[in-house]
Amino acid sequence: MRGRGDSVVSIQTLTKSFSTGVTALQDIDLEIAPGEFISLIGPSGCGKSTLLRVIGDLVEPTSGTLRVNGKTAHQARVDHDYGIVFQDAVLYDWRTVQRNVSLPLELLGWDRAKRKERVREMLELVELTGFESSRPWQLSGGMQQRVSIARALSFDPALLLMDEPFGALDEMTRERLNMELLRIWEKSGSTVVFVTHSIPEAVFLSTRVVVMSARPGRIAATIDVDLRQPRGGETREDARFFELVTEVREALAAGHGEAAGGRSSSVEELF
Amino acid sequence: MWWNARHMEAAASERRVWKVVPGLSKLATYAIVIVALCAAWEGYKWLWETTGWTWPFLVDDTTMPHLWDILKAFGEPVTTGGPALIHPLLDAAWFTAKEAIAGFVLGAVVGFALAVLLVHSRLLERGLLPYIVASQTVPILAIAPMVVIGLGSKGVEGWKAVAVLAAYLTFFPVAINALRGLQSADPRAFELMESYASSRWSILWRLRVPASLPYLFTALKISATASVIGAIIGETPASIQEGLGGAIVNFNQYYSLQPTFLWATNIVCAVLGLVLFGAVALTERLVLRRAPEHYA
Amino acid sequence: MDWVPAVVVFLVGIGLWQGLTTLFDVETFLLPKPSEIAQAFWEDKATLWDYGLYTFKEAAGGFVLGSSLGILTALVLARFRTVGLALMPFAVAANAVPIIAFAPITNNWFGLLNPFSKMAIAAVLCFFPVMVNTLRGLTSVNPRAIELMRSYAAGNASVFRHVRIPSSLPFMFTGLKVAAVLSMIGAIVGEYFGGPTNALGVSILNDTQLFNFPRAWAGIALASAFGIAFYGAVALAERLTTSWHPSTRGFRGE
Repeated sequence: MRGRGDSVVSIQTLTKSFSTGVTALQDIDLEIAPGEFISLIGPSGCGKSTLLRVIGDLVEPTSGTLRVNGKTAHQARVDHDYGIVFQDAVLYDWRTVQRNVSLPLELLGWDRAKRKERVREMLELVELTGFESSRPWQLSGGMQQRVSIARALSFDPALLLMDEPFGALDEMTRERLNMELLRIWEKSGSTVVFVTHSIPEAVFLSTRVVVMSARPGRIAATIDVDLRQPRGGETREDARFFELVTEVREALAAGHGEAAGGRSSSVEELF
Repeated sequence: MWWNARHMEAAASERRVWKVVPGLSKLATYAIVIVALCAAWEGYKWLWETTGWTWPFLVDDTTMPHLWDILKAFGEPVTTGGPALIHPLLDAAWFTAKEAIAGFVLGAVVGFALAVLLVHSRLLERGLLPYIVASQTVPILAIAPMVVIGLGSKGVEGWKAVAVLAAYLTFFPVAINALRGLQSADPRAFELMESYASSRWSILWRLRVPASLPYLFTALKISATASVIGAIIGETPASIQEGLGGAIVNFNQYYSLQPTFLWATNIVCAVLGLVLFGAVALTERLVLRRAPEHYA
Repeated sequence: MDWVPAVVVFLVGIGLWQGLTTLFDVETFLLPKPSEIAQAFWEDKATLWDYGLYTFKEAAGGFVLGSSLGILTALVLARFRTVGLALMPFAVAANAVPIIAFAPITNNWFGLLNPFSKMAIAAVLCFFPVMVNTLRGLTSVNPRAIELMRSYAAGNASVFRHVRIPSSLPFMFTGLKVAAVLSMIGAIVGEYFGGPTNALGVSILNDTQLFNFPRAWAGIALASAFGIAFYGAVALAERLTTSWHPSTRGFRGE
């Protein structure tokens, strides 16, 4: 078991209910160590996005404790510990690519020269050098998402929160961006929490896959991914890769069955 | 062009808020705001009168009559021994409403027909659209006398001529919004219709027109107000006495003696605008069977 | 070459107008020939232009006053959203009121000859479309964009400056374009209920009463030209300030 002191994220018995009466998360316990790549996977409505938002202090938990780098989530946000990437890139149309990436740096009060240098590095990292003055809507979906990743990493946040960042992209682009993300993660050494619907994506990227079940949202299983680093195209053909994919799939099915079995008398069961 | 449908999200969030706030507290909010507005009027009047401030204008019982005096005016006779003001005003409101409704219908039909025409020809759209926009910069107040006299010489009654002027204002939002609406259906839906080898006519009725309805109602609500404006300012210079425009001209001449009469007339104008707007909004609810997209 | 059909329509329209009025011998008091109107304008161009400029100044003053108040109100209401949403139905109702009917009242407030009496009615006319549209723009921001700013621990002022205000600009300009046309109409209507003799609305009214119809039409055309130019100026300002917006790329965009 990882020690609590050096965890980037430390969650104990965390519960989140909405005013509508829905319990989105129940009794969540999760420790995330520095440099880990954690995937949250589960059926729709299992609360994986809510968990991400709770960690990022965008949603308040109802009860339980949450520490980020040993601080409250609010303090972590104030300290700029988070970089967030959503499913859509959420780039500002009125800013060029360059100025989109530098926005958080402006808010942090970096001077112009330092900003310029960092933006150059970041665009190089996501391989978008040459697109500095383009407008977001001139880029393809995949390129937009790379800008959004560059923006999230620009100020070196301790924690990168990604909410189905490649969910809207086609399979080919997605696989290419998966590789790029791994390369960036290795280079930047940041800790990543990654929400996804895709089992192969979760296994391919993560050091650990957290499988969640729905209604109420709980952690059904945690699977360590012991694939060799660095990973590449051949990883997807590794026998161990398929074993792990199967393991996650079974955990998902079990979580689903358990949730359904536990409430067999419920009306919702009819659906 | 001017009115567009970018506002869905805002409207949705507005709806969400109203769902949470129960109807009663909504009514209470209305009441509070109305009382606050009345208090602001009387408070402003009181403050400016007691301090003697004259900026931006002199405040007295002529420039800003007491609200209760304005309400009282409805019950006062216009001429000694004549009926109370409310009676001629209601007659005038009915007369103007008639013009406005006729203009509204005429304008909506013409506007929609124009949109249908333009949606089928890119060339016509490019040629005519700029002039449809430019048409609204012509002060109809200035052309009103010519239109009324001109149509009058062809034997058209005065109120019908004013309806034509009202239509000049109402056709515009309908044409612009209907054009947008008719083009708004999903491109894949067009491909589907084409795969059935549907005719242009069939695509128009089965796809374009239903898709345009929300846009159309947005425009009709704007047009409802515009038709009242058109009727009032159409009557004014055309010396048509029977309507609200005539009443405004008339009571404006006696403003220094009886300011409350002009104010009362303007209140009736406001109510007429609101009633026609409300009627269209209500129709929208019934026809579209969902909460209205957005107003204005 | 988008403008070619529009120019053709203009020339054909003027030609038809001239031809038909000559052919059917339409009386001048109904519809003068374009040539007569042009001639009337040319003979008196300096005077009419001055009148037009005077009225345009009233309109522009009202536009600036009403639009800035509208934008300020929208900013305040967007900052205090519950208040803003509660007041929205009233703004909608105010929009449904034929405000122009109040022109005689502002004349009485400020005096017939005071240009402020026309600016006031133009300002009230401009206020509502600008306020309602700007408020919509300020409040219909992608919620993710706000969450993103919150994740940077950005304060409210920052969110307004970097997200809400830029993304409200296209909406604001929609309101401003409506206001540009309304302000000119408002000034003319105000002048119709009385104004100085060097105002365009008064001049058109006098010409009509003196049966000088070609000159009246020249005045109407000039008023319309000022309205179109004002609209065009606002549309140009929109292109310059929101050149980033995807919709400014195409013909149809705004």
